[in-house]
Amino acid sequence: MTTAPSATAPQKRSFTSAASVYVNERTSIAGFVKELGRKAFPDHWSFLLGEVALFSFVVVLISGTFLTFFFQASMVEVHYDGSYVPLKGVEMSVAMASTLDISFDIRGGLFVRQMHHWAALLFVAAIGLHMLRIFFTGAFRKPRELNWVIGFTLFILAMAEGFTGYSLPDDLLSGNGLRIIDGMVKGIPLIGTWTSFLLFGGEFPGTQIVGRLYTLHILLLPALVVALVALHLVFVVVHKHTQYAGPGKSQQNAVGPPILPIYAAKAGGFFFIVFGVLALIASMFTINPIWNYGPYDPSPVSAGTQPDWYIGFADGALRLIPPGWEFVWLDRTWSFNILVPLIVIGIFIVTVLIYPFIEAWVTGDKREHHIADRPRNSPTRTAIGAAGVTFYAGLWAAASSDILATHFSLTMEGVIHALQAVVIIGPFVAYFIAKRVCIALQKKDREIVLHGYESGRIVKLPGGEFIEVHQPLDEYDRWRLVSQESYAPLMIRPNARGKITAGQHVRAALSRWFFEDRIAPVTKGELESGHDTHH
Amino acid sequence: MAQDDHSGAELAAADSSHAAHDIAVSPGTAVIAADSFENPGFPPHRPRVTDQEPKREKRAQRTVYTLFYLSILGSVWAIAAYMLFPIESNDVGAVRLNNMFFGLGATLALLAIGFGVVHWGKAIMADVELVDERHPIGGSPETQAAAVKVFADADRESGFTRRAAIRNSLIGALLVFPLPAIVLFRGFAPQDQMPVELLSHTMWKKGTRLALDPSGVPIKAGDVTIGSAFHVIPEGLQDLEHGKLEEKAKAAVLLMRLEPGELNHAPGRENWAYEGIVAYSKICTHVGCPVALYEQHTHHLLCPCHQSQFDVANACEVIFGPAARPLPQLAIDVDDEGYLIAQHDFTEPVGPSFWERN
Amino acid sequence: MTRQKRRTGRRHPLATVALLALGLVFTGGAYAALSSGTIAQAEVDPSSQQTIEEGKKLFQANCATCHGLSAQGTDEGPSLIGVGAAAVDFQVGTGRMPMQMQGPQAQQKPPQFTDEQVKQLAYYVASLGPGPDIPSDHLVNGGGDAANGAELFRINCAMCHNVAGAGGALTEGKFAPPLTDVSGVHIYEAMVTGPQNMPVFNDLNISPEDKRDVITYLKYVQDNRSPGGIELGSLGPVAEGLFIWIFGLGAIVAITVWITAKSN
Repeated sequence: MTTAPSATAPQKRSFTSAASVYVNERTSIAGFVKELGRKAFPDHWSFLLGEVALFSFVVVLISGTFLTFFFQASMVEVHYDGSYVPLKGVEMSVAMASTLDISFDIRGGLFVRQMHHWAALLFVAAIGLHMLRIFFTGAFRKPRELNWVIGFTLFILAMAEGFTGYSLPDDLLSGNGLRIIDGMVKGIPLIGTWTSFLLFGGEFPGTQIVGRLYTLHILLLPALVVALVALHLVFVVVHKHTQYAGPGKSQQNAVGPPILPIYAAKAGGFFFIVFGVLALIASMFTINPIWNYGPYDPSPVSAGTQPDWYIGFADGALRLIPPGWEFVWLDRTWSFNILVPLIVIGIFIVTVLIYPFIEAWVTGDKREHHIADRPRNSPTRTAIGAAGVTFYAGLWAAASSDILATHFSLTMEGVIHALQAVVIIGPFVAYFIAKRVCIALQKKDREIVLHGYESGRIVKLPGGEFIEVHQPLDEYDRWRLVSQESYAPLMIRPNARGKITAGQHVRAALSRWFFEDRIAPVTKGELESGHDTHH
Repeated sequence: MAQDDHSGAELAAADSSHAAHDIAVSPGTAVIAADSFENPGFPPHRPRVTDQEPKREKRAQRTVYTLFYLSILGSVWAIAAYMLFPIESNDVGAVRLNNMFFGLGATLALLAIGFGVVHWGKAIMADVELVDERHPIGGSPETQAAAVKVFADADRESGFTRRAAIRNSLIGALLVFPLPAIVLFRGFAPQDQMPVELLSHTMWKKGTRLALDPSGVPIKAGDVTIGSAFHVIPEGLQDLEHGKLEEKAKAAVLLMRLEPGELNHAPGRENWAYEGIVAYSKICTHVGCPVALYEQHTHHLLCPCHQSQFDVANACEVIFGPAARPLPQLAIDVDDEGYLIAQHDFTEPVGPSFWERN
Repeated sequence: MTRQKRRTGRRHPLATVALLALGLVFTGGAYAALSSGTIAQAEVDPSSQQTIEEGKKLFQANCATCHGLSAQGTDEGPSLIGVGAAAVDFQVGTGRMPMQMQGPQAQQKPPQFTDEQVKQLAYYVASLGPGPDIPSDHLVNGGGDAANGAELFRINCAMCHNVAGAGGALTEGKFAPPLTDVSGVHIYEAMVTGPQNMPVFNDLNISPEDKRDVITYLKYVQDNRSPGGIELGSLGPVAEGLFIWIFGLGAIVAITVWITAKSN
């Protein structure tokens, strides 16, 4: 920070203040700085996951802009004459040839290309982890439901960005990926054939698709992502960040270091760290070696043809369908081997999207929530999350069934059958285990509050009895363990007209499911009476 | 560092109950225990080592500026690497060195700034925590009432509710006006083509010779020894001016020779094979990947994308995986010169299923 | 081949005869061309009676249990008459034979015999009936057209062995092995003989020069490390996805913990 006095100013005005006055008198930014500059920003490692996503997106934008100067989204066939010997003279599209030139004939081009792809993988992964944090801590509750919807939409858009980008080089891997998309689209009843025909500008593969995906990839989708990211961040400012329970922290305050300077330093520095980690990975690790795959040709295919990780769950869903799920009915083909995965994934996505509203309806709680839950204190939500994660992970693993088979010396048929079981039974098992673990952890918290920590010190009482001395908690530590809320199952009551509606029944059933085996936090009375009334 | 006074409130114990400002809002089924604990307020501030020991603070300062100098070094290194490791034509080893050394320089430049700034923030900047008060997101009741009034006034002045005919006709117009844009999408594909028509035919016709992919050299029946797998395209495909890949995407065929006794023909196709030589579409009936993994002893064909398996000895029936239909068979024969030829086009559309297929 | 030729054509007896004649001329010609181009590699003389005698002894001691005393085949193993020297050199030279146990696929392991013994076995089996010979040096040491080889590799091989030769899965626990450290001779022999479930790629499908090009490409991949850096097994997006989750995001999460931890 410069504090050198300006040579021209007669008063002892610093350059910084002079500059800020100049800017403010033309932009009225002072109000903004006064409002935001000293906001408290709660500090926790998991609150930085969204920033990882944001920063990798910035890296994607920077590196992607460089790539657009060299990439040519054309499917005109040329004979490659660049530096890579095993492709010399091979017929390929201009898109593929220009991507090879970026890799082999432009200094630093391969570095930027690899950084772009790695950053894209990290972008989607960070969004995923960020969403898991939001879900398991209940940070989607009022007033943040809409921001959850925006964030989840961003996740979908990020996947679309990734897939369109993956397809641009027009290499064998991505071409077969597009072939799969074409096959899936054709399987959609009524509109499928025409949708595919229009998408590819005629028959697959056509000469249009790369150009079209390019427009989506660098224009439409980034514009949507940038707009939604901006909206997402505006909401973070409006809502103020959530915080974990802690002494002094409450629903009415936000506690943490100020945005200026500490938070700005940490976040700004973190941007460079994320950028640096991506640079390190890009300089040391190959990603998407299109020179191995060669140009797209509908006849060859490589073993281990997979999409990038974030599309894996959809590819896995396709792999898990047993043979024969296709019928001709009413003189039309019904491809349930494609429809069932699409519908199941669609239901899954919509459920995740509207989950905040479902939970709000079940609890009936209309208050604002600014304290993030510890996952154990909401056992049913945590268990639902674990079930969802297991379901997703099963589909995801299925996308690598062939690699699982070769690397663990299994049969691919065995892997597929096992994963079919994981996807169908696994969520229930995960639900049960997660719920039991949460409840056990809650009970342990109660124990600790009531009897203190186990100190590990064994004492012999005068009567000859051995006991372990328990260290009582101070009030600050205790507060973290007793401040959570709990919910009782909904009692069915008649409404104003004296009727019990079906909706009430459903809500009561769901509410019972959510809360019937809840563990209430310790109360003052319980601690004073010295015994656990809950058991 | 900017030295302004804290505008945030001083640390103070806050009320733990939810209901301070939104008392009228329903807590739903939340249980609010009468004798729950009270928020003990903020714990006493714990100073950092750098706050207590000037030596440690000095050291932290040194670390930070050293990191920034390192970053400059990294940037210079990257620029030097750009020049010292040029990419030489035809040498991927040079690309590897350029990529690695340029990248490592950039990595150092970025990471050193990052770690330096974060360390500055953590260890040197004043260790303050602020408390912001939260206000209901909906704003004060007065503001809400004012906003409602704005809409009510606007409605009254415009007559949006009152003048139903105007409003409803506007809604109708708004619903219809995007339709021309949808029609425009027809231009995404050639206007004179129909997809179902195109999907139903391939390049194969009576007498088309089977040729090697990619050379286009026609294949004689005697070339195909038992246990062989030939990747086949129709002769003439490579000479097409346009639509080469589109035709190949439908016409690619896999040619295999089994012991004739091992083949079970589908009814009506007894003469579609020649001396144990069979030709099947290579395009998977699931979503269209090339089904090209042929196991010569089990006679299984495997699709590497979704693991559908087809039994060549049994008319390419599906034996595993998500595909539902056998691979379409190309009826083959031999011409006067001994070359393998197609008897006719496929009798069904090849590749993935589509709605109008039956 | 011979068994094949005795069968009558299904459709056009005359055409079949013509075809078979042509086929005979072609295959015979190809074998002749190949054998004439073949030079004995090691000090082992393929035609000497001593080599064949040594090979016979080795065969009867190590292989006859499954393949029969005169290589006529048993329930345990196929007949080796007419498989040629190439098949033996590949199977024994890569350690696949003798098999440790019956299974869906003979596993590669350290070879059980010296090079000389392998050659003796090979020429003994070759003496039982004509078959593909061990290819000559100029076909297996690279030096061909890598671009043509890469294209042929993608069309004929990559679906099982992966575009970078990293290997891949087959049905029921079988797999196509990685080609990252297989010698040119063994690659050539595998193509002409079709070991295990691999299809045969005879010289009319992929000509000897084309085979040399394929080997040239594989040697190029073996000799040149990826310009982008560490290859992660050349397994494609699965390895990349695991890497970014475990190491990329893992490292970054560790850093977030450091950033938000109180100093010291």
